[in-house]
Amino acid sequence: MNEDKLTVDTQTTRGVPSTLPSPTNAPDVDAIHTPPEVAIAEADVRTAETLETVRASSLWRDAWRCLLRNKLAVFGMVVVGVVTLASLLGPYTIKRTTGLTPDYIPTEVSLLKSFPPFTSSDGSFSWTHPMGTDNQGRDLLARVLQGGQISLMVGIISTLVSLVIGVSYGAIAGYVGGRTDNIMMRVVDVLYSLPYIIIVIVLLSMFRSQTARGQLILLFVALGSVSWLTMARIVRGQVLSLKNQEFVLAARATGVSTGRIIFRHLIPNTLGPVIVYATLTIPTVMLTEAFLSFLGFGVQPPLASWGSLATDGIQNIAIFPWQLIFPGVTMALTLFSLNFLGDGLRDALDPQMRTF
Amino acid sequence: MGCGMPSTHKCERSNDKVEARNGTLLEVHDLRTYFETEDGVVKAVDGINFQLKRGETLGIVGESGSGKSVTNLSLIRLIPDPPGKIVSGEVLFAGQDLLLLSAEEIRKVRGRRIAMIFQDPMTSLNPFMKISRQLMEMTQLHLGHTKQQAYEHAIKMLETVGIPEPRRRAGDYPDEFSGGMRQRVMIAMALSCRPELLIADEPTTALDVTIQAQILELIKKLKHETGTSVILITHDLGVVAGMTDHLIVMYAGKVFEQAPTRELFAKPGNPYTKGLLRSVPDPTDEHGQLYQIPGLPPDVAHLPSGCPFAPRCDYEQEICHSEFPPFVQLNSEHYSLCHFAQEVYFESASAATGVKES
Repeated sequence: MNEDKLTVDTQTTRGVPSTLPSPTNAPDVDAIHTPPEVAIAEADVRTAETLETVRASSLWRDAWRCLLRNKLAVFGMVVVGVVTLASLLGPYTIKRTTGLTPDYIPTEVSLLKSFPPFTSSDGSFSWTHPMGTDNQGRDLLARVLQGGQISLMVGIISTLVSLVIGVSYGAIAGYVGGRTDNIMMRVVDVLYSLPYIIIVIVLLSMFRSQTARGQLILLFVALGSVSWLTMARIVRGQVLSLKNQEFVLAARATGVSTGRIIFRHLIPNTLGPVIVYATLTIPTVMLTEAFLSFLGFGVQPPLASWGSLATDGIQNIAIFPWQLIFPGVTMALTLFSLNFLGDGLRDALDPQMRTF
Repeated sequence: MGCGMPSTHKCERSNDKVEARNGTLLEVHDLRTYFETEDGVVKAVDGINFQLKRGETLGIVGESGSGKSVTNLSLIRLIPDPPGKIVSGEVLFAGQDLLLLSAEEIRKVRGRRIAMIFQDPMTSLNPFMKISRQLMEMTQLHLGHTKQQAYEHAIKMLETVGIPEPRRRAGDYPDEFSGGMRQRVMIAMALSCRPELLIADEPTTALDVTIQAQILELIKKLKHETGTSVILITHDLGVVAGMTDHLIVMYAGKVFEQAPTRELFAKPGNPYTKGLLRSVPDPTDEHGQLYQIPGLPPDVAHLPSGCPFAPRCDYEQEICHSEFPPFVQLNSEHYSLCHFAQEVYFESASAATGVKES
């Protein structure tokens, strides 16, 4: 009851900022005649209630609220959510409704050509292929959605790989410090100065796998293992500033081991910047993947990614522009949204980095 | 000694107690901790000796930078190395030299047998861990508790230190607690393995005066219940007076005076202690100004050859600048580092009796 009343109160106060705050407004007449003891009791109840609300707002909740206030971030979140859902469920749904799988190549010779969007084989309007078909008559929408699966998978898994390497590497370097830190960070510097795209290409061609799936896994590892450098630096910096705080000393004074201090006490404290940077790494990795696919090193057929679809589309850009436009636009939109989301997260989780 | 199994834990401890009841728990001999800095070697702790009996409370007082905290961090070897280094000395804890233990062994002593409470409760709890988890970590680590046992123990400890509704509050994060409450949680953590020695490093400095009294009362009460020995570091003589059995006064990394608390307050045998006692504000003295010891604490990297306190001392003579003062025994338990220890002691002794007569 009381809680209900409180929420109503706050809402009215917030909703009508021009009028006086309602708590002083309503009991105004009584207040003068209220005996002091009662007034004090009331005040106590009110503090108890505010305590209740204060308790409910944790760090993550605050961050979440801050994120929801950011319109671009919300837009990004929605788009990323929709694209992810569509990629996961899309190919399946299309198969159920039209019977077309992403790699379905029509057997009829007249269908073995690229149709523009919303066109059927006789040139009339049709819902069958909203994005048209590709050279072999495969449904482009199904291809784009399936490509989305691969692209997002590459982005997320490679980022996770880089996360695991970068966070542990940076945290260990930062916490141990001294000579170890020096050597570890010089290694990072050296790796930084190497052209990473060439490393990836070398890795991919050196361990070239026979199957498309093997090649995909190799791609995760190769991309992940070159994109952890900045993550390592960020985490090291965070750990350097955290490790001199008293709670680390307190943990050591209670006999907690070094490994446990790093992984249980320090790393959770670096999560804010790590999440932000990871979100911003996903689009970078996806872009690199597209670039690699463009060069022919990335995802191998029969699998497709947005990058490889765009590559296919570019060959026919003058005649069948939709083959490039649809995968390209989908990818651009997703990358855009991820970047917005990352920026929003940075504002929400990492107040020091906020620049106004 | 370090009992791993929770079942054997109780009986072993009581055996321990019987064996060493009234015995000495901690003996520190000639402890020296130096820091290498750009300005030269800082002798933060320079040849400290003291003893602590089981169940006793020892107070260590001194100005900022006198080496109080470094002494205690040295005891459980938490000096940041580099730049710090324990150069020499012995820390005999229940007969075992802590300075000779391996890193693994000393870790089992920390938290389990010697626990610490730090100055600032606002920063000494991990902001990203629930209170319950921080408490549980202690007993899971040292007493081999299962999750369930550790949780129940954590709740019990929170109740012991007077946190209302411990079951509800245990799931909270430190930022949802006030300073006093956090210090209570720190105390709960420190005492959750029933350590033999509790080191409280200025446990009340960061708190309100009203909360200070509560926290001190709590430490006192729990000390009584658990029989833990306590080392209380502070620069507040008011805190020390009601809490401790023995006192050590530190200055420039050295013990300047050492005595039972009552004796030291009544008959200080060292000019520095006298100065400290005089600087406690006296509410009955209406027109009086606050007294302060003239000058500043010395630069520990460049100590003079004589007495480090000489430039600020009322009793200063030629000899103070040329020769390092002796550690004079004034009576069975009272020592003072001063060339004129006897004079100062008799002077304050006669002043004390004078006050009594008038």
